[in-house]
Amino acid sequence: MGFAAFGAAAALMLTACGGDSGESGDGGNGAAFDQGSTEVVNPSDAAGGTLRYAISANMESTDPGNTYYGYVWNFSRYYARTLLTYAAAPGQAGTELVPDLAAEMPEVSDDGTEWTVKIQEGLKYEDGSEIVAEDIKYAIARSNFGDQALPNGPKYFQQLLDEDDYDGPYGGGDPLEGFDAIETPDDHTLVFHLKEPFADFLYVLAQPQTAPVPADADKGEQYQTRVGSSGPYKFEDDYTPGDGLVLVRNEEWDAETDPIRTALPDRITVEEGVEQNEIDQRLVNGELDVDLAGTGLGPAMKGQLVGDEEARANLDNPTTGAHFYLNVNTKVEPLDNLACRQAIQYAVGREGIQRAYGGELGGEIATQVLPPDIPGADPSYDPYEAASGKPSVEKAKEKMEECGHPDGFDVNIGVRSDRPAEVDAVEAIQQSLAEAGINAEIKGYPSDTYTNTQAGSPDFVADNKLGLTYYGWMADWPSGYGYMSSILDGDAIKDAGNSNISELDDPEINKLFDEVISVEDPEEQAQIYAEIDRLVMENAAILPGVFQKSVIYRPDNLTNVFFNPSWHMYDYMTLGTTETE
Amino acid sequence: MTAPLDAPESAQHAEPEAIARGRRDAASRSLTQIAWRRLRRDPVALGGGVFVALLILVAVFAPLLTHWFGHPPNQFHQDLIDPATQGVLKDPDDPWSGIDPTGGMSAEHLLGLEPVNGRDLFSRIVYGARISLLVAFLSTLLCVVIGTLLGVLAGYLGGWVDTVISRTMDIFLAFPLLLFAIALAGVIPDDAFGLSSNALRIAVLVFIIGFFSWPYIGRIVRGQTLTLREREFVEAARSMGAGTGHILFREILPNLVAPILVYATLLIPTNILFEAALSFLGVGVNPPTPTWGGMLSESLDYYPVAPHFVIIPGLAIFVTVLAFNLFGDGLRDAFDPRSSD
Repeated sequence: MGFAAFGAAAALMLTACGGDSGESGDGGNGAAFDQGSTEVVNPSDAAGGTLRYAISANMESTDPGNTYYGYVWNFSRYYARTLLTYAAAPGQAGTELVPDLAAEMPEVSDDGTEWTVKIQEGLKYEDGSEIVAEDIKYAIARSNFGDQALPNGPKYFQQLLDEDDYDGPYGGGDPLEGFDAIETPDDHTLVFHLKEPFADFLYVLAQPQTAPVPADADKGEQYQTRVGSSGPYKFEDDYTPGDGLVLVRNEEWDAETDPIRTALPDRITVEEGVEQNEIDQRLVNGELDVDLAGTGLGPAMKGQLVGDEEARANLDNPTTGAHFYLNVNTKVEPLDNLACRQAIQYAVGREGIQRAYGGELGGEIATQVLPPDIPGADPSYDPYEAASGKPSVEKAKEKMEECGHPDGFDVNIGVRSDRPAEVDAVEAIQQSLAEAGINAEIKGYPSDTYTNTQAGSPDFVADNKLGLTYYGWMADWPSGYGYMSSILDGDAIKDAGNSNISELDDPEINKLFDEVISVEDPEEQAQIYAEIDRLVMENAAILPGVFQKSVIYRPDNLTNVFFNPSWHMYDYMTLGTTETE
Repeated sequence: MTAPLDAPESAQHAEPEAIARGRRDAASRSLTQIAWRRLRRDPVALGGGVFVALLILVAVFAPLLTHWFGHPPNQFHQDLIDPATQGVLKDPDDPWSGIDPTGGMSAEHLLGLEPVNGRDLFSRIVYGARISLLVAFLSTLLCVVIGTLLGVLAGYLGGWVDTVISRTMDIFLAFPLLLFAIALAGVIPDDAFGLSSNALRIAVLVFIIGFFSWPYIGRIVRGQTLTLREREFVEAARSMGAGTGHILFREILPNLVAPILVYATLLIPTNILFEAALSFLGVGVNPPTPTWGGMLSESLDYYPVAPHFVIIPGLAIFVTVLAFNLFGDGLRDAFDPRSSD
C-alpha cells in the first residue's frame, strides 16, 4: 500500500492544523484534516438540542427488518436495539462486537452449530411492555423465512439456520409454529441451531434483523410507519416515506443497560429527498448536521473544499470499505495462462486508477485483495510492485514472453459505462496496457444489468471474451470470510449474478474456505485469510486497484464525531450537537 | 399545389388530360425552382444549411483538423490536472494554484481539457460529431425507407392493409423506446450479424432509433397518399392499365419527395438527441470513442471543477439540432404551396 499516500496525508494534516489555528473562534474546535477517521473529534457530554439529518433519496425503510443499506443499519439503532452491535470506538476497536440486547457475548457449543444468547432482563419497549426472547425470534422469522419475508434485507439466517420446512410467519395461525431452529426456553434465552459451523455467526447476530418485533405489532412492510422502539428514541408521529422522520426521547429506555448509545440530542430529525448539492451546502452553512447516507460530499462541494486549505480542517477522509479492482478471468484465452495474467498485473500502473477516484483523497493504491481494516490484511504484501503506481513494463514483457505472446495480445475489458469514475479508470488501464503491447478493447454495459447478466454471467464472459472486468466489492461485515468468499471461492461460481468473475476455482483456496468456517480463534482465522489473499495474488486472478476513500464534511457544532469502520461512516449513536438550546 | 415531377409518357397522349398535364408539368418544374428561390431568400434557413454542411465537413475531415489544431482524441495530458479536484490547474507546477475556470483553454488546447485524464476537448468534440451525425443520418434513412414504403402502401391500398399498418404505427408510437433500448443493449452480444464492437453498437443504435421512429414519417406519407390516390393523374394512369407498382413508385412517390425531405430534415435533430440520450444512459458506443451524449453524461459528475466540460458538448448538440431545425423549417416553408412567394 501507498507509503506515498500516507506521507501525503500526514503532510496535509500538518498544513491543515496550521491553517486552522487562526480561524477556530466560535464553533471551531481546532480539529484537523482527517482527524475523525482515527479519533473522537469534539468530545462532549452536553445533552439537548436537535440533531438534523438529511438524505438525497428516501430512506430505504425505517424498518430494521427490511433494510440492506449500511446507513439504516447504523441509524435504526436509535430506536431498535440488536442482540449484538459494534463497539462505539474509532479505528480497529470499532470493529469489535459488543452485547447490546444480549447480557453477555453468546456461547457456542463444541461442535460449533449451537449458539446460546442470553438477553438482559427488564428491558422495555416504548409502551412499557417487556422485551422477550420470542420477539427477537419473530423478528428473524419475518425478515428471513417464507415467500412473504420482507424483501430488502439479506437472508443470512435462512441460509445458516438448520430449518427446512418453516414457511414464514405470514401464513396464518401461530406465526412461529414449526420454526424450531431457534429455541426460546425462557423469556431471556435464545438458542440458534445452525446447519454447519459458521465462525462469522456473531456478525449475523449484529444485524438489525435481530431487533425485537412483537408478533401482534407487526404489519409487514407497513411496520415502518411506526417501529416500536427499544432504544433511546421513538417516532414522534407516523412515518410516511418522503415526508421525513422525527425522533423524540423514549423514556422507557434505561441508559444503564446500554453500552454504546450516548443519546445526547433531545430530538433527531431526518429530511428526505434533499438534493445532494443542497445537503452539502447546508452542512457547510451549519443548517444541517449529518448527511444520513454517509457516503460523503458530492462532487461539487468536494471539488470546492479539497482545494481549499482552510476548509480541509472540517473534512475527514476515511476508507469506505470498497475495493475497486479488475477481475482477471482464468478461463478466457490467453488469460487462462498464469504468465499472461501476471503480465497484466505488471503492465497496469495503479496511479491511473487512483486518479479516477480523485488521487490520494479518493483512494489508496491496493496491492492485495483484503481492505486494510479487515483482519488478515497485509498492506505491505505487494507481489507485483504495484505500490509505486507505475507499471513495470520490463517485467510485463518477460511474462508475455513466458506465456507465448512476446509481441502482445488482445483482451477485452468490461465496464459499467454509466459510471464515469470507472470508465476513467478503465481508460487509464487501457493506455497502461498499450505501453506493454497489450491491446485492450473496452466494452461498456449499463450498470443495471452488469452484475447480473454481463460480468455476472460466466457464459456471457466466455462468449464475449471478457478477459478483464472492472468491479467493486464491499463486505457485509468486517471479516475475511464475509469479504472474500463470494468473489474467490470456486464453489461460489454461479450462472447469473456471479461475483467470482475471474472464475477462480483453485482447490487449495476452496479447501481453506471450507476449513476456516470452523476455526474459532480470530488470530488463526486471520492467518488463513492472509493465506487465501496470498494464493489469489499468486494466481493473479484479481488485479487490485484502489481502496476507495470518501470525503466527509464534519460540521463544527457536531460533538463526539468519529468514523466507525464497521459502518464505513460516522457512528451515529454517539453524535451530539453544541447547539443544545 | 403538388403535382408529379416526372409525368408519365402514356398520360401525355390522352385528351383532354394531356393539356392539363402539360400545364401542370410546366408548373411543377418550377416548383423546385420556386422552392430553391424561396430558400435562398431565407437567411436563417440558409445559415442552418451552411452550418450543417460545415459540420459534415468537420466530421469527414476530423483526423486532419485534430492533426492541425489539436491532439489525438484519446491522448492523456495528466500533467495538467490536479489529482485531488480532478480539474485543470491554473499553474500545472503548483498543486495549490486552484482550478482554471476556463478548463485549460489555450492555443494548445482550443476548447480546454477533460477533467481526470486531461484529454483534448476540441479533438473529442470533432470526433464526436462523426458518431452523432453517422447515427442520426443512417437512422433517419432507415425510418424514411420503412416509413415511406409502409405509408404509401397503407394510404394507397386502404382496407385491411391500412388497418394493420396504421395499428402497427400506433403500437410503435406507444412503445417505451428508451427502456427497450436499454434492455436490448444488455442482451446483444459483442459479436453478431458479422459485426463486432463499435460497428455493431452503431448498427444497434441505428436500428433502434430508425426502426421505432418510422411511424412519424409513415403517418405523413399515408395521409398524403390518401389525397393523391384520388387525383386525376392517378386515375388516368389507372385507366390506362398501369399496375399498382407503377402507380405507387412512378405516380405517387415523386409527389412525396418534398414532404419526405422536409420531415427527414426535421427528424435528424430528433435522432441526434436520441443518440445523445442513449449514450447518456450508457448504451451507446464503447469508451474511449468520443460521443457528444457520452461526454455530456460523464461531465455531470465533474461540473463544479470543469463547467466547460458540460457546456461544450451541450452547446455542440444544441447548435447542431438548432441548425437542422432551422434548415428543415425553411425547407418546409419553401416547399409549402400555400406560402406566398
